[in-house]
Parts: sequence; C-alpha cells; structure tokens
Amino acid sequence: MRLSPDQLIFWQHGFIKLDATIVFTWVVMAVLTLAAWLVTRRLRTDAHRSRWQNLLEIVVTGIVQQIDEVGLRRPRRFLAFLGSLFLFIGASALFTIVPGFEPPTGSLSTTVALALCVFIGIPFAGIREQGLRGYLKSYVEPTVLMLPFNLIGELSRTLALAVRLFGNMMSGAMILAILLTITPFFFPIVMTALGLLTGMVQAYIFTILSAVFMAAATQRADAAADPNAPTTSINKE
Amino acid sequence: MDSLTIIAAVSIILAGLTTGIGGIGPALAEGRAVASALTALATQPDASATITRTLFVGLAMIESTAIYCFVISMILVFANPFWNHAIAQAAGK
Repeated sequence: MRLSPDQLIFWQHGFIKLDATIVFTWVVMAVLTLAAWLVTRRLRTDAHRSRWQNLLEIVVTGIVQQIDEVGLRRPRRFLAFLGSLFLFIGASALFTIVPGFEPPTGSLSTTVALALCVFIGIPFAGIREQGLRGYLKSYVEPTVLMLPFNLIGELSRTLALAVRLFGNMMSGAMILAILLTITPFFFPIVMTALGLLTGMVQAYIFTILSAVFMAAATQRADAAADPNAPTTSINKE
Repeated sequence: MDSLTIIAAVSIILAGLTTGIGGIGPALAEGRAVASALTALATQPDASATITRTLFVGLAMIESTAIYCFVISMILVFANPFWNHAIAQAAGK
C-alpha cells in the first residue's frame, strides 16, 4: 500500500522523476489558473454578471473577510498569498471526487513546501509592517529569556502545520483504501463525503492559522491590547 | 523468535497502541472544547462567527496531537524503517 502519491512514478529518466505529486499539483494549478482566466476574461460591473463571476466574487470577498476578522490590518495585501493557499488546498481536496486523482496535499513534500512558504512569509509580513527592528524585538518579548522558546515555537508550528495537513489528507485516502477491502460498496462513499468535508476544513484551518501567525507578527504590542481593533472594512469598500 | 519476528510483532502492537492511547486525550479535549463552545453559543448567539472560527482553529490544534500519533502508526505499519533495515540486512547475508 502506498503511503503517499510520491511513490507512484509515471515517468523516470535518470534522477529526474515525474511522480503523482508533481503531476497532480500541476493539474490543480492548471485548472485553477484556467478557470480564473476564463471567468475574469469578461468582467462586468452592471447587474448582468455571469454566474461564475458571482462565484469568484463570493470566494474572494469571503477570504478577505475571514482574513480581516482574524485581525490583519489591510487584508487585501495578504489576499494573494493566503487566498492562493486556501484555493490550492481546497481544490486538491475537492478534486478527490474525480476517480484516479490523488490529492497532492497527501504527500509530506507538498505540505512541507506550503508550510515553508508560511514560515518565510511570516517574517516577511512582520518586517514589512513594523520594520526589521520592531519585528526582531518581538522575539525578546516579554524578556530575553524567552528568546529560545520563541524560536522553537516558530519552528514547531511550521512542523505542526505541515504534519497536520499531511496527516489529515493521508488518513482520508488510507481509510478509504482499507474500507474498500472490508466493505466495498456503500461505506467508502460515505467516507469520501466526510473526506471532502475534512479537506475543506483543513484548507480553512491552514489559511486561518497562517493568517493568525501573520497577525501576531505584524501587530505591535500596544496595538494588540485593544481586542476591538480589527474593523470590518470589507463592508465599506 | 528471530529478530524479524520480534520487529514485526512489536511494530504492529505499538502501531495500534499509539493510535489507541494517543486518541484518548484529544478526544476528551475536543469534547470539552465543543461543549464549552456550545455553552458560549447558547448564551451569546450574536458572537457565533467568532466562536465558531476560534472553535475550528482550536479543534485543529487539539486534533494535531492525535494526527501525530496516527502518522507514527502509519509509518510503523507501512513504511517501517527498522523492518526495511532488517530486510536489507537479511537480503545482504
């Protein structure tokens, strides 16, 4: 039994391997890009919008609102990164209803890559919002004694992000494979439906956790004291 | 028993024990978290969006403990490094 789509190799030439993870990652990316390009080709601002434009607007404004509620000021600046994360993980979870598709997020290499993007994105966002000094100062708060613990926390939450997504997606496929050998007809379908739900929840959680980490890195200590500080600016735009 | 049998038996038994024991704590914790969230929802229905979001994030954090145990079980069953090493040793002899 395969533990991850890494072990399903389509084509190999020397040390260059084309495994299922790479192929399905590119399939998901191609479908997302093509769909976005097709829908945004004819954007309209009057009342006769297409259904697909409505769908995309709901998705984009929903993501912006969620990012905003987490406490990131100016959520539009983070929309490209966090929205791409959500759409990629969510799409690769939803495409599992297509027979033969294996979610690329069920491979530890994909999830580690995504978590590394977040790991690099957090200091990037922090330095952009409060400068290099201000960001580095957040590591020695409340005291200098906490510096190693802050650094360990930074690493361990990246590891947790990667392993959580991998474990959830892999367990869905694994449980399905085990159930197919025990109760072949009806029960796997129910578990597939449950897998779709957990896949979307995991996509949401991955994005929200990244947003929370970024919000923690971008907010100054004095600004974080006011719990009502995040405003719902999306309704005013 | 030769070493291969011992490795196989210990791996299988420990794989089950890892998920079994590792699932207890997160299950109890998730139950407590959902119960508290439902109480909060009943007293403050207006704050449902915030409570639900925090609940989901918290559940994911709690659940990751169980997921770690599950991943270790799966590695022990399907990609066991000790088993592979022993097989390689036996084949090399």
